[in-house]
Amino acid sequence: MSLTVSNLSFSYGTAPVLQNVSFSLGEGQLYALLGANGAGKTTLFRCILGLNEKYEGSIIVDGSEVRSLTPRQLSHRIAYIPQIHYPAFQYSVLEMVLMGTTHRLSAVASPGKWENNDALQALQTLGIEHLAHRDYGKLSGGEQQMVLIARALVQQTKLLLMDEPTASLDYGNQLRVLYAVRRLARDGYTILLSTHNPQHALSYADRVIALAGGTLAADGPTQEVLSPALLKTLYGVEAVFSSDGRYILPQEVL
Amino acid sequence: MKRSEHGIPILLFLTLAALMLFSLCLGRYTVPLREVVRILLSRFFPVSQTWEDGMSAAVLNIRPPRILLAALVGACLSLAGASYQGVFRNAMAAPDFLGASSGAAFGAALAILLGFSSAGITVCAFCFSLLTVALVFFVARRAPGKRAANLILAGIMVSSLFSSGTSYIKLIADPSSKLPEITYWLMGSFSGKQWHDVRFALPFMLLGSVPLLLFRWRMNLLTMGDDEARSMGVDANKLRLLVVVCATLVTAASVSVSGIVGWVGLVIPHMARRLSGSDYRKLLPTTLLLGAIFLLGVDNLCRNLLAVEIPIGILTSFIGAPFFLALMLKKEASL
Repeated sequence: MSLTVSNLSFSYGTAPVLQNVSFSLGEGQLYALLGANGAGKTTLFRCILGLNEKYEGSIIVDGSEVRSLTPRQLSHRIAYIPQIHYPAFQYSVLEMVLMGTTHRLSAVASPGKWENNDALQALQTLGIEHLAHRDYGKLSGGEQQMVLIARALVQQTKLLLMDEPTASLDYGNQLRVLYAVRRLARDGYTILLSTHNPQHALSYADRVIALAGGTLAADGPTQEVLSPALLKTLYGVEAVFSSDGRYILPQEVL
Repeated sequence: MKRSEHGIPILLFLTLAALMLFSLCLGRYTVPLREVVRILLSRFFPVSQTWEDGMSAAVLNIRPPRILLAALVGACLSLAGASYQGVFRNAMAAPDFLGASSGAAFGAALAILLGFSSAGITVCAFCFSLLTVALVFFVARRAPGKRAANLILAGIMVSSLFSSGTSYIKLIADPSSKLPEITYWLMGSFSGKQWHDVRFALPFMLLGSVPLLLFRWRMNLLTMGDDEARSMGVDANKLRLLVVVCATLVTAASVSVSGIVGWVGLVIPHMARRLSGSDYRKLLPTTLLLGAIFLLGVDNLCRNLLAVEIPIGILTSFIGAPFFLALMLKKEASL
């Protein structure tokens, strides 16, 4: 598994959103994608997922250019874990997870016994197999996010893209989800996770990729690149790090 | 597990079969069930005739096409409604969502105005129904922005355009002969339907519903939104196009023979979701059978409740709307 982004630029109409962004992801690492609102995080995700096909530069996944891949080919290489959202219709957890097996089936086929087993296996990996027959819509936000992770796991890719998985979760669920993500990285998954919380990057990520105004502001090991100076560049606020370097504290507290 | 998975469709299928048999008994000329069975068996086995000739005519020739057509239209409208709801992620979507019904209404009104035969009216309604949806598609394709939202908006606009066309035709139609005919057509009816109506509609119904049933697992993914569906390997726009074309075909085939029958395609999928859940693997078979049962049942009321035939569109709304309100008020409701 490899993902290499080189000289990526993208604009909506005439407004450039990404300019000359280059980085690559190494195996089994957890990458935190930082950046202020409008810095281009979502656009970057959409380019990698093949949703913005008119990008300049290149995005190479496992040796193939993203825009040349069909949705089905791409779904064998990258799994996307969206933020939780209330589904239009009620599905059971098992049905939700089974949707991740679709790319393996012929166009007119439905998931069968094999796919069922894989789905249960994915739930087991995350320790939520007891939820299999519950209604997805009636779970807590944290549980829903875990189900979406399970759905990505049955896609059997090694690269996972996560869009602010902790955005709408309470504190406990944020930590539970991040812990699960951390374990997946340990098990060999490469994960690119966008987050608005630098503390999460500091505590959980191996490396940080930061975007500011559509350009790459930082790319390196978390301990090296995450600094008060970077936070100032990204968010325009002053913050200090605790003396052991493990906590980010706001500067201005009354 | 296996039993509960197929239990509901099997139960519904048996109910439908029983209802069809029962429907053969009903009518101005009531035939006892025992005689109906004997008449049916007499087609395949030597059974001594204990019935009057009129009975066998009713049971073998007059009632079956109407019964079959009511069940088929009910099944098709429900199937189309459930499909539209999925691919537009909208629980309020109905088969006439993209203008299929208002197009058919315009086509039928025009054909009646021009003095076409009953077959001509059906064909004209069918063509205009497809034409309307094609127009909606054309507009939605050319407009910038999200395709699904464009389709819905264009559907509303084009529908309203054709509705005003229908109103105009009603205005200029001969009030003593043609206007009543148009009005009755718009209220929907299975009265006087014959085998040639079945022969016209059935091929299109099959052509549309077979792909819908084949692709039913993938429809689940579209309910997650286009981006998520794509990230799981499904090209949302392509699949939506296929589903809309097929659902439009079965809707057009249905309304062109039955006239405008509202509510079935909206209410039945909701009932079916209650019975079998949202997973289209189970939902579509359930909704199809439930729709057939519902419309056949309502049509039985139409032809037997009063001395005069009641247009079916009136009864489906009369039953459908309160039912939907009750569904809304129910505590566990999640529309």
